[in-house]
Amino acid sequence: MSVLIYVNHQNGKIKKSTFETALYARKVAEMLQTDEVIALSLGQVSDEALTLLGNYGVTKVLSDNQALFDHFDAGVHTKALASAVEQTGATAIIISQNSNGKAIAPRLSMRLKAGLVSGAIELPIVNGNTFTVKKSVFSGKAFANYSILTPIKIIALNPNSYPVVKGQGLAAVEQFNSGITASDVKIKVKEIKSLSDSVPLPEAELVVSAGRGMKGPENWGMIEELAQALGAATACSRPVADVHWRPHHEHVGQTGITIRPNLYIAIGISGAIQHLAGVNNSKVIVVINKDPEAPFFKAADYGIVGDAFEIIPKLTQAVKAFKAQNN
Amino acid sequence: MKMLVCISKTPDTTAKIAFTNNNSTFDTNGVTFIMNPTDEWYALVRAIEIKEQTGTGSVTVINVGPKENESIVIQKALAIGADNAVRIDAVPDDAHFVAAQIAAHAETENYDIIFTGKETIDYNGSAIGGMVAELLNLPYISLANSLQLINATTASATREIEGGIEEVEVAVPFVISAQKGMAEQRIPNMRGIMAARTKPVKVLPPKDFSPYTSIVSYELPPARTQVKLIDPEHPEELIRLLHEQAKVI
Repeated sequence: MSVLIYVNHQNGKIKKSTFETALYARKVAEMLQTDEVIALSLGQVSDEALTLLGNYGVTKVLSDNQALFDHFDAGVHTKALASAVEQTGATAIIISQNSNGKAIAPRLSMRLKAGLVSGAIELPIVNGNTFTVKKSVFSGKAFANYSILTPIKIIALNPNSYPVVKGQGLAAVEQFNSGITASDVKIKVKEIKSLSDSVPLPEAELVVSAGRGMKGPENWGMIEELAQALGAATACSRPVADVHWRPHHEHVGQTGITIRPNLYIAIGISGAIQHLAGVNNSKVIVVINKDPEAPFFKAADYGIVGDAFEIIPKLTQAVKAFKAQNN
Repeated sequence: MKMLVCISKTPDTTAKIAFTNNNSTFDTNGVTFIMNPTDEWYALVRAIEIKEQTGTGSVTVINVGPKENESIVIQKALAIGADNAVRIDAVPDDAHFVAAQIAAHAETENYDIIFTGKETIDYNGSAIGGMVAELLNLPYISLANSLQLINATTASATREIEGGIEEVEVAVPFVISAQKGMAEQRIPNMRGIMAARTKPVKVLPPKDFSPYTSIVSYELPPARTQVKLIDPEHPEELIRLLHEQAKVI
């Protein structure tokens, strides 16, 4: 019996979501009274980087570094994962519910005839062979506790749902033959456009977001400055993306990206229910709006009623002063 | 192109969420149901656009659900422009069950493209497309924000990845989950509504399939404490509270 995780990496660098799933898997392994947390790495990552997954509770890494894996094809990665499950006898598989995870986890679930809870937000309750897993439903307006009824269980963990604390230990790295060949690849990646150097929104712990209250795209410099001072990602509301003040990939909300950062600062966003659906699982919400009746204040932990154009520069200065004092 | 669009019934975005039977059942009293927005706005409309652009082919919508779904979601899909519909007459137990029903229908019909929305706004699973693709052994493009036909056998799409956008090429048949950017919402007009009444809806019995998961209970999130307002003249107080009280910076 073991717990298996899928390694997310980009340009050879292991992503934070992998550390999160590794630590989560370590706890699941303890509940299952096994010591084995195995990671499957597909594509080119150095053995040295993989060994360091031991810092996050991984005992062994299976690595198939064929170039075939460098471009993502959900069918190919699913087949390789299924092969790893078969070879290791893993009974629980933990995958991050990020863009690749959303493609792999459901495929793997059907391939292995294994129950999947996607978008899990907490550790499962393990009772014998039964897992009960909590996930967010109704666009963040409720939670549901799912029981997985199959012998093999798959959990796709929402990003930023489990704390990442680096520990000690080194994982053993073994070369793995997943059996994938070029004929398995059905999706040809033509181009990858990197959107920015900053942290991707779903992974960001701090997010500064703004809406129509900013009056125009020319005023976003102060939002970016505040975000930069905080070390935060930037986001926006739907109307702002619709009129192309900001790119669509920054749009958070029901039809955009769903996020759950530690801190979400909403500036000049009234807080329509569709926007809240994308951010209401944030741990702390700060709202800055000149309208004291803006519905977002009802969902906020902290609020400032006032003119954003006056408040943001002062807030940015305050952040810089705080950072200077605390770094 | 012969296209299938998977459509789901969901509570309206503004619906009040409550539970009954000791928090084991979603309380549908007073809830308005709609076609799941991403299924409707992006998946269905893009399929119709492709049919219009090529001038050939068909768009079939499929829903797993009871008869009432015909008036709630299927008629609207037909009014927007789908050619015909299939309803699998079953209560949609879990994502695995729903995907198995869709795949059982699709495997005999040879669809070129199978569309889903990126997720439903009730159970937020993002799972049906991948499950159907696996059951049919087809390529799967998830979270796609554009889709173009290159020729009769090949398509290109862009999809969201962490921190970027990926442009891919795939041969038909394939499964794709659609999100914002794929198409613009269409409002059914009177002509479409009238035409929908004459379009065929095939009702099929469900395939025998035992769900892989079940919902044990629901919970409502704890109410947030009342907002703490900070003097706009002293935003540094916010930074202090975020550091000392909320401990997020």
